[in-house]
Amino acid sequence: MSEVKRRIVVPGERLPPNVVVREREHEYVYEEEGVKYATVIGLLDERGENPVFVPLQSIYIPKPGDVIIGLVQSIGIMNWYVDINSPYVAILTAQDYLGRPYNPQIDDLSRYLPVGSYVKVKVLAFDRTRNPLLTVRGEEGLGRITKGKIVEVDPAKIPRVIGRKGSMLQMLKEETGCSIFAAVNGRIHINCPNPEIEPILVLAIKMIEEQAHTSGLTDRVKKYISELKVIRGVK
Amino acid sequence: MGKVSMKLINEEGLRHDGRRPDEMRPVTMEVGVLSNSDGSALVSFGRTRVLAAVYGPREPPQRYMILPDRALLRVRYHMAPFSTSERKSPAPSRREIELSKVIREALEDIVLTHLYPRTSIDIFIEVLQADGGTRTAAVTAASLALADAGIPMKALVAGVAVGKIEGVLVLDVDEIEDGSGEADMPVAAAPDIGKITLFQLNGVLTREEIERGLDMALNAIQKLVEMEKEVLRKKYTFNV
Amino acid sequence: MSLTPYRIPIVPEIKKQTLLSLYDKGLRPDKRDLYTPRDLTVQVGVIEKAEGSALVKLGRTQVLAGVKIEVGSPFRDTPDEGVITVNAEFVPLASPYFEPGPPDENAIELARVVDRSLREVNAVDRKSLVLIPGEKVWIVFVDLYILDHDGNLFDASMLAAMAALLNARLPDYEELETGEILVKKEVKKDPLKINHIVVSTTLAKVGRHIIVDPSLEEETVSDTRLVVSYDETLRVVGIQKTGPSSLTKDEIIKMINIGADSAKIYFKALAQAFQDAGLPVKLEL
Repeated sequence: MSEVKRRIVVPGERLPPNVVVREREHEYVYEEEGVKYATVIGLLDERGENPVFVPLQSIYIPKPGDVIIGLVQSIGIMNWYVDINSPYVAILTAQDYLGRPYNPQIDDLSRYLPVGSYVKVKVLAFDRTRNPLLTVRGEEGLGRITKGKIVEVDPAKIPRVIGRKGSMLQMLKEETGCSIFAAVNGRIHINCPNPEIEPILVLAIKMIEEQAHTSGLTDRVKKYISELKVIRGVK
Repeated sequence: MGKVSMKLINEEGLRHDGRRPDEMRPVTMEVGVLSNSDGSALVSFGRTRVLAAVYGPREPPQRYMILPDRALLRVRYHMAPFSTSERKSPAPSRREIELSKVIREALEDIVLTHLYPRTSIDIFIEVLQADGGTRTAAVTAASLALADAGIPMKALVAGVAVGKIEGVLVLDVDEIEDGSGEADMPVAAAPDIGKITLFQLNGVLTREEIERGLDMALNAIQKLVEMEKEVLRKKYTFNV
Repeated sequence: MSLTPYRIPIVPEIKKQTLLSLYDKGLRPDKRDLYTPRDLTVQVGVIEKAEGSALVKLGRTQVLAGVKIEVGSPFRDTPDEGVITVNAEFVPLASPYFEPGPPDENAIELARVVDRSLREVNAVDRKSLVLIPGEKVWIVFVDLYILDHDGNLFDASMLAAMAALLNARLPDYEELETGEILVKKEVKKDPLKINHIVVSTTLAKVGRHIIVDPSLEEETVSDTRLVVSYDETLRVVGIQKTGPSSLTKDEIIKMINIGADSAKIYFKALAQAFQDAGLPVKLEL
């Protein structure tokens, strides 16, 4: 019975009129003449009070306030160009990052953030008419990422990595002892005190990504982690 | 035309390969066949085999191409040099240039380009083997590759050609039939939302035949789209 | 590679609304009704050095077609047929949006649609163009020159091509003992053997309306267009959907039926042109 209640829908398939979509995923529902259609492959869950449509893939579109992980792609005269796993390349200004006026004649941006470095940033402004603008100000913990590892998943899978009320993330942290930050743009920063457990956490995250649309996942991932720990002899 | 002496419809009303007039060749569809692209698909109609890959939305290669209010669609329909009996020069022919346009226009109204202004969505289509119906197989492959890439679209699209040979309307013409037929009418549509997005007629058909041919094509397209859905569902269904 | 056009005239939204409300009343900006083409004139024989030529003015759109006829080899798969080839040039003097250079996808599509409409019904009898079977045939080049672009290049080009072909005369020639063909261009002989006369009608879908023979302004606001080619008996001999949007089956059938009436107007204009030029061309209508 539950198979009927949770099913994969594909572009062009009708969705129930009272379908609920996660806030940033409204563009994955197309409405014509009062009928709603899925525009991407997704999961329609009709078990609850209201049917929920969750896309299985999504394209990250920045929103002001998002805290995300960027990868420095190139360096301009007064700013960095940052790949944020989106169709739009973002801009981080020298003045914002350094917190002081910047003179390109006497200073060199690559000293602070060379090409290839990761930064944890907040989206300051974006309206799709200009490139998104980033900041490292106004929140704790923003700035260059110097330790740990970045795991990339489809942005649509981030809510699953976090889990309902953070349950999945909590379990992952407890089981591995690592610090984990899952950014909405599909990049997950992990930092493990015990380096041997890091690959286990990566495999667990990949498992969540692959099986995101299945139920009972938290328990299976937990089991998987303990199995891997045994196999690899990690405590 | 009409130089082939072979009869293309026999006494029982069957075609040279044994098909009934309203029967398609065996169709196969696969998605996610390439690793680098955001989405990909391989579609075959009989011996016609077409590979499509989608990249994007991403920054357009040139700034002057930027559209302020929607994504740019770039479509290349291209035939591999070994796809035909006689080697085809890899340089784009006039036919390939026209078909790239016709296929792009078949997808413009389907892809929700307004969601991603100032970006480019690129669809690269390679005909690996040409045995008739390459443009309609190409639209079908492009539709699957777009869905596989997670690019929002109003609905899935598929295409098929209806031909007229020896006075009979036939579905999914192959190369032999196309070479000696009286007419060839490629159609692509999104049946879920009732839109015909590609439509051409080469040759002569009566208005009644056009209407009947359209029905034949739309009927087959409905089945092709069902098959696309099945293939996509299968890829994304994880069985615990 | 085909790209969404990024260099197109910008039509103010207000203008689109104005056009749509005019269409609601069955009117057009130039006082036509929805299904009537613009004023059409066809002049033939305008380029003396060409074997055939015609200048078509459809509203303010002008297309000049020239036919040149040369000796060449037949295609290997059709040794007993001559060759017709259609080429279109969107010359930069015709529009601020045309750039010099090799034909773009629009020019190629236009030429191929005209070419197919003529080829599929063997409008110009290709078998009649054979000089020495399997070796030497007449190659008929139809070059379409867009001189002024105010929309609907398809219909104007189809008319110009057809008029120029009707106007064309094969040059005199002599078969030399060596087997070569000596062409005497100064002496014009027989007209081409024309099996069918073909014209096309372009219908644009704008919102919920269908209009015939769109001007450039109307084309820019239109969703998509259907180019339907007819022969003199009003048989449909070719169709091309062009433009980014979609159509329904009912719209397609409606467009084919409406288009036939404009085709009749185009045939009449062709007949008139040849009558005016003192050239009898029999148009069986």
